[in-house]
Amino acid sequence: MKKLFGFLVTALSFLALATCSQAQSVSINAAGATFPYPIYSQWAYKYHELSGVKLNYQAIGSGGGIAQTKAKTVDFGASDAPLKPEDLDKIGLVQFPTVMGGILPVFNVQGLETAKLKLDGPTLANIYLGKINKWDDPAIQKLNPDLKLPAQAITVVHRSDGSGTTFIFTSYLCMVSPEWKDKVGSGTAVKWPAPNSIGGKGNEGVAGQVKAVGNSIGYVEYAYAFQNKIPYALLQNKAGKYPEPSVDSFAAAAANADWSKAPKGFALMIDNQPGDNSWPIVGATYILAYKNYADPAKGKAVLKFFDWSYKHGQEMAKALHYVPMPENVVKLIETSWAKEITSNGKPLWP
Amino acid sequence: MIKPAPQPGPENPAKPALRVVKASHQVSAAARGDKTFRWLSFFCSLVVPLVMLAIGLELFWTSWPAVRQFGWRFFFSAEWNPVLQEFGAASSIFGTLVSTLIAMFIAVPLSLAISLFLVELAPPKVSRVVGTLIELLAAVPSIIFGMWGLFVFAPFMAHYVQPLLGKTLGFLPLFQGPPMGIGMLTAGIILAFMVLPFISAITRDVFQLVPPVVKESAFGMGATTWEVTYKVTIPYGLVGIIGAAFLGLGRALGETMAATFVIGNAHRLSLSLFAPGNTIASTLANEFSEATEPLYVSSLVALGLVLYLITYLVQVVSQMMLRRMYRAWSVGL
Repeated sequence: MKKLFGFLVTALSFLALATCSQAQSVSINAAGATFPYPIYSQWAYKYHELSGVKLNYQAIGSGGGIAQTKAKTVDFGASDAPLKPEDLDKIGLVQFPTVMGGILPVFNVQGLETAKLKLDGPTLANIYLGKINKWDDPAIQKLNPDLKLPAQAITVVHRSDGSGTTFIFTSYLCMVSPEWKDKVGSGTAVKWPAPNSIGGKGNEGVAGQVKAVGNSIGYVEYAYAFQNKIPYALLQNKAGKYPEPSVDSFAAAAANADWSKAPKGFALMIDNQPGDNSWPIVGATYILAYKNYADPAKGKAVLKFFDWSYKHGQEMAKALHYVPMPENVVKLIETSWAKEITSNGKPLWP
Repeated sequence: MIKPAPQPGPENPAKPALRVVKASHQVSAAARGDKTFRWLSFFCSLVVPLVMLAIGLELFWTSWPAVRQFGWRFFFSAEWNPVLQEFGAASSIFGTLVSTLIAMFIAVPLSLAISLFLVELAPPKVSRVVGTLIELLAAVPSIIFGMWGLFVFAPFMAHYVQPLLGKTLGFLPLFQGPPMGIGMLTAGIILAFMVLPFISAITRDVFQLVPPVVKESAFGMGATTWEVTYKVTIPYGLVGIIGAAFLGLGRALGETMAATFVIGNAHRLSLSLFAPGNTIASTLANEFSEATEPLYVSSLVALGLVLYLITYLVQVVSQMMLRRMYRAWSVGL
C-alpha cells in the first residue's frame, strides 16, 4: 500500500513537472483551410525542432477557420478564399497569403489518354456553362486540329464541397467569360449551370469521378493530377501560349502579377496573368491574423513563424507542389505587419 | 411516478421481528440500494429523450434565420446558389426520398427471398455460412461501399446496366440521359446493398421464430412449401418484417458517405434516375465545413432539421402501423 502511494506521488510530480515545462514554451493554436494543411504541418514540424515553438493547426475547413477566428478561440485562422477588406476591418483582422497553387483541367476521354488536349479560357467556360456539350464541338476541334475527338456528351465534374480550389477556378472563368460572370459568378461554391454536371468531394473526389466517368472533364490542384497520373489539358494563357503546368509556370504567373496594386488583405487574383510561361489558373491561400494581440508573446510567435516559413520554407513548399511567395511580395506582407499588427498599442513587427 | 416499495425496517418490522438486529440492518441497506438504483436508472433513461430534445431545439434555433428569410419557399424551391445566397431544400429532400425509395424497392423483396431461403429451403450448413456472410456485410463501413460504388460499380452501371435500361425502357422519362454510371439509380442500388444485411438478418430471425408446430400442421394438411411460406410464415412474421423494413429505411435515409460518393452531388431536380442528384446527408457532408456565410450555415442546419423531422415521422408512422397491425392480426412475436 505504502509502495503504491509512493509510486503515485512520484507519478503525479512527474506529471506536474511535465505540464509546467509545457506551459513555459509558447504554443500557437490555429484552425482553417484544408488545402494548405500539408505544408503548414511540415513547416510546423521543422520549426518546432528548431525553436521549440509548437503550432497546432487544425484543418477544419475555411468556413470553420473564419468562424473560429471571429470567436477568438485561435491565434490565427486560415482561409482559401480571401475575405473582403470591409469584413477584415469589421472583425479586426490582417490577411496575408502564404503559398500559392496551380489548378488544371483533367479529362477522361477514350482514345485521348496520351494526347495533348488544348483548351482556351472561353472554351473551358462554355464547357462548364453547358453551351459546349460534345467533345467534337467545332470550338474544341479548332484548338486541336490534329486530334480525333469523339462525338460523345461531355460530363462536367466539379467540387461538391465548398473549396478554395473552386474559388480560384470560378474566378478564372469570370475573367475569361463575361457570360460566366453574369450567370454564375465566383465563390467557394457556386450553382453549376451545365446539365450534365456531377460533384466530387475534395480534390481526390473530383479526380476519382473523372477517372470513373467516361468523357468527363474536371479541375484539380496540380498535386492531385500529378500523383493520380490523370491526363490534363493545356490551357492557353494571356500571351496566347500553352505552357506546361509546373511549379515553374505557376511561379511565373505569381511573379508577373502586380502585387503592389493588390487591395487590402492581398486579395489579388493571380489568374490569367501576362507572360509567355504563366500558367493561367493560380491562386493563393490566406492567413487571418488579429490586428491586436492581447498577449504580445503569442502575436510575435505567430509572425516569427511565418517570417521563418517565407525565408526557409520555400524548398519544403516546392516539394509538396506549392508555389512559395516571391521575395518582393514577402517584403510587402511584412510591411503590412509592421503597420497593422499591434499589441497594447505597440507594433509587434519587426 | 415512482412508487417507493414498502420498506421493512424499524417502523415497518419484517416478520422475524427484530430477532436478529444485524440482519434487519442488512435488509434495510439493501432496500435503500434498490431505491438508489431505481432513481439512477430513471435518470439514465432520461438521457436519450433529453439529448433528442436538445438536438431538436438547437436545430430549430440555428435554422431559424434561413426559415425566416425564405419561408415556405425553402422547402419547395430547388434553387441552391451560394453566390447569391439563395437556398432551397427541394432537390435534397427529393433526392433523399427517391434514393431511399429505390433502396427499399430493391432491398425488401430481396431480403425476404434471402431469409426465406435460409430458413425454409437451404441445408443447415449453407444457411449458417450464408447467414454469417450477411452479418459480415453489415459490418462493412459505409465508406468502403462508397469507394467500391465509385470505382467498380459505377463503371459497370455505365457500361452495361444503364445502356441496357436506356435501350429497353428508354421511352420512360425515368431512364433517359447519358449513361454516366453515377447518379440516383446507382446511389439507390448501393443503399440497397447497405440496408440488405440489416433487413435480412432480422427477417431471418423472425422466420426462425415461427413455431414449427404451425408449419408442420400446414404441411400435414398437404400444403406445398410455397403455400406454407405464403400463408403461414409470412403472415406470422409480418409485424417483424415491417419492423425490419423500417429499420432499414431509417438507415437509408441518413446514409452519408456512400451516397456522397456515387450520387453525383448536383442540386438539381430530375425525373431521370440516370441524372445526378443529392441527399440531405450528402449535402451536409459536402458543404458544411466550408460554409462561411451565416445564412448558408443556417440553411444547411435547416436541411438537418428536415432530415430530423423525416426520421422522426418515419418512426412515429412505423410505431403506429405496428400497433394497429398487432391489434388487427393479434399475431406476432
